[in-house]
Amino acid sequence: MNIIDLAVNTITQGLIYALLSYAVYITYKILDFPDLTVDGSFPLGAAITAVLLTNNVNPYLTLLVALAFGALAGLVTGFIHVRLNIRALLAGIITMTGLFSINLQIAGSNLIVDRTIDTIFTSGIFNVLFGNIPLIYRKLVITLIIALAFKLILDLYFKTKNGLLLRAVGDNDLVVTMLAKDKGTVKIIGLTIANALVALSGSIVCQEQRSFSSTMGTGQVVFGLATVIMGTTIFKRFGFVKGTTAVLVGSIVYKACIQVALTLGLPANLLKLVTSILFLVILVYGNYQQKTTKVVSKNARA
Amino acid sequence: MLELKNITKIYNPGLVTEMCLFDDFNLTIEDGQFVSIVGSNGSGKTSLLNIICGNIPIEQGEIIINGKNIVKMPEHKRHNSIGRVYQNSSMGSCPNLTILENLSLADHKGKTFGLSWALNKSRIDYYKEQLSSLGLGLEDKLHVKLGALSGGQRQAVSLIMSTLTPIDFLILDEHTAALDPKTAETIMILTDKIVREKKLTAMMVTHNLRYAAEYGDRILMMDKGNIILDRSGKEKESTSIDDLLNIFTKISIECGN
Repeated sequence: MNIIDLAVNTITQGLIYALLSYAVYITYKILDFPDLTVDGSFPLGAAITAVLLTNNVNPYLTLLVALAFGALAGLVTGFIHVRLNIRALLAGIITMTGLFSINLQIAGSNLIVDRTIDTIFTSGIFNVLFGNIPLIYRKLVITLIIALAFKLILDLYFKTKNGLLLRAVGDNDLVVTMLAKDKGTVKIIGLTIANALVALSGSIVCQEQRSFSSTMGTGQVVFGLATVIMGTTIFKRFGFVKGTTAVLVGSIVYKACIQVALTLGLPANLLKLVTSILFLVILVYGNYQQKTTKVVSKNARA
Repeated sequence: MLELKNITKIYNPGLVTEMCLFDDFNLTIEDGQFVSIVGSNGSGKTSLLNIICGNIPIEQGEIIINGKNIVKMPEHKRHNSIGRVYQNSSMGSCPNLTILENLSLADHKGKTFGLSWALNKSRIDYYKEQLSSLGLGLEDKLHVKLGALSGGQRQAVSLIMSTLTPIDFLILDEHTAALDPKTAETIMILTDKIVREKKLTAMMVTHNLRYAAEYGDRILMMDKGNIILDRSGKEKESTSIDDLLNIFTKISIECGN
């Protein structure tokens, strides 16, 4: 693979995973809920997709089915947390662990989607529009459209009454109670939306790489958290940049970092180790930056 | 009308730290009354407000609002007719949302939060009018995040937020206690104006005996879960701050405070 193809491929990866980053942005940044369901709902989307594609279901319909099942996974975590009063982390772990078996149950085992089977990249509306572009660039264009479309939808959603209530519940849930609304229901809505996005991301990944593996969810929540924290840290000084834009860029930058490490000869087995170290570095840097900005603002006042 | 009947509240039941705060507690508050509640720490003032709002459960008794027993109603539903302002000014608003967003949320209380736009441009003039009545210059800061305001400013916005839509009861939990004397005065005058204009039934817990005497139509003094003084009408008019202070000192000495 030449360097340009490699770059295009990396950006494409970043764009697909941006959907997952949006989701973690919603749960972690807006709801203040560290949602570990992601590690289970991501492969859930992929498992459903692999099975449906293999059974010749329309790839676009497959996206919708994955979305719906992801939403269901989020609903379960929300229900466990809110109605059964289980702590956020534990609620996520419970659903995630359960999903591991469910995913294997759905897919049977690790699956490969045959080359002859159409995906969203090779059929339907996207094929009509971009069919004459080489596949690798076509993937870039299509994933860019999807990532931007969902960014736009989320940005618009946050401006609706429902979206504002969601932002309020993470900011100060007492206010939501005082608005005579059940804060628990609002949290469940947020988790449902987020995990729908995660499964959608998993579905597109599966369509892109034509495979499902039961362990593909491992570390996805860390990836999501890293991109959210990296994105929002980088763009903190530019107040006007939307959170969704920040995590979209964060997702691409993160994938690029990993790709560079791999290109420089990092053994693939060490990938998760690098992921976690990179995450740690980002967290520490975030703390450091917070401290320095505080000092600056103090000096500015004095 | 708000009625509390035979309320029993026990903290940590069954444990060695078990503490019975209210035992067969009764209280009736008429519509439109501004009730000041004073009393030493631990006398049950805030517990009383929490019981009415529903964020602590009770062991026994009835809470009747407008003829309906609301004991089993969840906290958030009770807030359909209740507005509350807390002592901590950061509790009544969302710090990362702008003043405009906070007011838009409050303005929509009681309705469905659907997918229509949250910010209604035609209401902005109304919000500005409400804010300018504070005299804090907040009407020009609609797009400033609440977290960037001072405690007094945030408390003022909290007060407006809690009374923006029609409610019956306003619960004030030491809402001026954390403010500087001048801001406290401003907030207190504003509170009084809102309560009178909107004909609200208000319950105000305060440690400021002057505010209690000056603004309340009725003064309650609490001690160890009992109402030891209840004055309204002419009786309240003739009660001076010194009288209150004397009784207060007496119960404090008995408690060993």
